[in-house]
Amino acid sequence: MTNAISARALRKVYPGNPPVEALGGVEIDIADNEFFTLLGPSGCGKTTILRLIAGFEHPTSGTLEMFGQSLLDLPPYKRQINTVFQSYALFPHMTVAENIGFGLEMLGRPKTEISQTVGEMMELVQMSHLADRQTGQISGGQQQRVALARALAPKPRVLLLDEPLSALDFKLRKNMQLELKRLQTETGITFIFVTHDQEEALTMSDRIAVMSDGAIRQIGSPREIYDHPADRFVADFIGDTNFLSADVVENRDGAATLRLGSGRTIAARAAQGVNGRVTIAVRPEHARLGTPAEGLLAGVLSDAVYFGTDTHFHVTLEDGTTFVLRQQNSPDSTAGFATGDPVGVCFPAEVAQVLRD
Amino acid sequence: MAEIPDITARRAARNRWLLLMPALVILLVAASGPLLITLVYSFLSPGDYGGVEWQLSFDAWFNVFMQRDIFDDTLGWSDAHLSIFWRSVKLSALTTLACLAFGFPTAYFIATRPKKQRDLWMLLIIIPFWTNLLIRTFAILELIRNEGTVNTVLIALGIIDAPIQMLFTEFSILLGMVYVYLPLMVLPIYASMERFDFRLVEAGYDLYATQLQVLRRVILPLVKPGVIAGSILVFVPSLGAYVTPRVMGGGNQLMIGNLIELQFGQGRNWPLGAALSITLLAIVMVALLAYVRAAGNDEAHHG
Ligand SMILES: Nc1ncnc2c1ncn2[C@@H]1O[C@H](COP(=O)(O)OP(=O)(O)OP(=O)(O)O)[C@@H](O)[C@H]1O
Ligand SMILES: [Mg+2]
Repeated sequence: MTNAISARALRKVYPGNPPVEALGGVEIDIADNEFFTLLGPSGCGKTTILRLIAGFEHPTSGTLEMFGQSLLDLPPYKRQINTVFQSYALFPHMTVAENIGFGLEMLGRPKTEISQTVGEMMELVQMSHLADRQTGQISGGQQQRVALARALAPKPRVLLLDEPLSALDFKLRKNMQLELKRLQTETGITFIFVTHDQEEALTMSDRIAVMSDGAIRQIGSPREIYDHPADRFVADFIGDTNFLSADVVENRDGAATLRLGSGRTIAARAAQGVNGRVTIAVRPEHARLGTPAEGLLAGVLSDAVYFGTDTHFHVTLEDGTTFVLRQQNSPDSTAGFATGDPVGVCFPAEVAQVLRD
Repeated sequence: MAEIPDITARRAARNRWLLLMPALVILLVAASGPLLITLVYSFLSPGDYGGVEWQLSFDAWFNVFMQRDIFDDTLGWSDAHLSIFWRSVKLSALTTLACLAFGFPTAYFIATRPKKQRDLWMLLIIIPFWTNLLIRTFAILELIRNEGTVNTVLIALGIIDAPIQMLFTEFSILLGMVYVYLPLMVLPIYASMERFDFRLVEAGYDLYATQLQVLRRVILPLVKPGVIAGSILVFVPSLGAYVTPRVMGGGNQLMIGNLIELQFGQGRNWPLGAALSITLLAIVMVALLAYVRAAGNDEAHHG
């Protein structure tokens, strides 16, 4: 099956003094019907990818295809792609209904079809009661829904969403996350979603591309990205992580033995040929407190911070670094340790992730 | 304690009146006064050496539109006046259209430059405005007269054999007025466009609108206040233009402004001049009403 979007060696340099390389050779394949998320810190090139796909910018080099057809010579108005802009970009001189119908009108659809689709779309985003309002007279959340309906109305094959939820408050945002996911499943349209909120990315996406500095660091399902971050950047950007130094004692075709700072050794998976000093990552919730004798690492409990659902324990290790553990609270349990106590940090060897540097 | 706010309020009211006085005086003395005098003069008889005789007469108004044949004394339309009215309206409308055609893209171009460059571009538009009107008009004259730059170059290049007569035609008046009034079109359109959110253009393209459709459906409706203001700012002074048609028309392509001047000067017919002035005012108001109504309808149409 052909991919909805496929980019090869996609580069974008913005002219200027000095020129800005916003994308440096990006490779992406986005499957049809996929909820695909671009995740990364500000300025990493997420919007640039969307603008290249939408056709507002031209790539400096590389290829870009939609369902096997090159997009490079197509102006934006000939691409079956619609965008939900970060600023919404609703037409202020038109009503809600006119905004939603604009795309269909430009496509030259008959009036009856337009009004029917507009009606359906307004129902879908629960805006029917405001059909004749000017877009300047509705709330931010409502504008967001109109922008979404306007982009969905022409039934594009690919929908681009540039941080559409960033202006909404927490509650509305949670609702819209679920709603977007539902819309995507119902319509079967390929969604390319941009965010710098990792939690949003993890909850909504089929697959995530983590970006930094104009490059894609890792592409995978939320689980893969979270449990098996490819490098230090990804591990650090997604969720909280403890980084530990370790020495590779032995590496037999990826089955490695590592010696931790404490002197204890563990078995872990590592890429072939990885040797010497490496960094491993351990998620806070994958570790638990134990006695110094039980633990793979030993230290002193320096802090316990209560968060309601769980408690964060800060352990100062022998080498002076801090290791954070997260343990779920239950009504009858206490950790059994007080700050100042010598403790051990226990985790199963398979949760330790050896990172590419 | 209760007195103090009262006193302050009274003082504030008095201050407001004081602040209003200059505007009121100017309105009364400089706007309504002369208009009233003009209106009154148009119903008086001409004095022998200019000025007016205080004697009620409708001759001036009669002469604005009609004339009595000198030979057989029959009544007829005043063809000379009507053709001058028609030329004035036609040239002003063409000037407005031409200014729009040149001014709109110019304003668009400037509004889409990076912020730092925009002021420089605007300065270039405004600089000619700081130059005396006569000098600017004579500069254009120098360009297009028979021995002027354009003809000389064209002849030197062998493109034409004899100079093209451009000066003293309606075309030369039009050219002069477009040149003189163009900044008045660019400025208000630019002011509207500077506030225009150009991301809406991308939204238009994204929703399958072609360039022309984006212009018609997204940009124009939103910068329309600027277009209307610019059109009025160009049309109104064009209709009453005096210097440009005088210099570029060479005295045989009169516009209303020149006709009026003639009555107050050589013609020694002040009442007719006054009646013509009021007529000009009426034409301007009718044209503006029609224009604003048409623009309003257009808006209702597109919502
Ligand atoms: N028109 C432009 N001209 C010059 N440089 C640009 C332009 N647009 C973006 N850039 C630069 O390209 C880089 C990537 O920008 P981009 O907008 O793609 O980032 P982003 O990942 O969307 O960031 P954010 O999360 O802040 O929206 C940035 O360094 C930015 O400064
Ligand atoms: Mg962005």
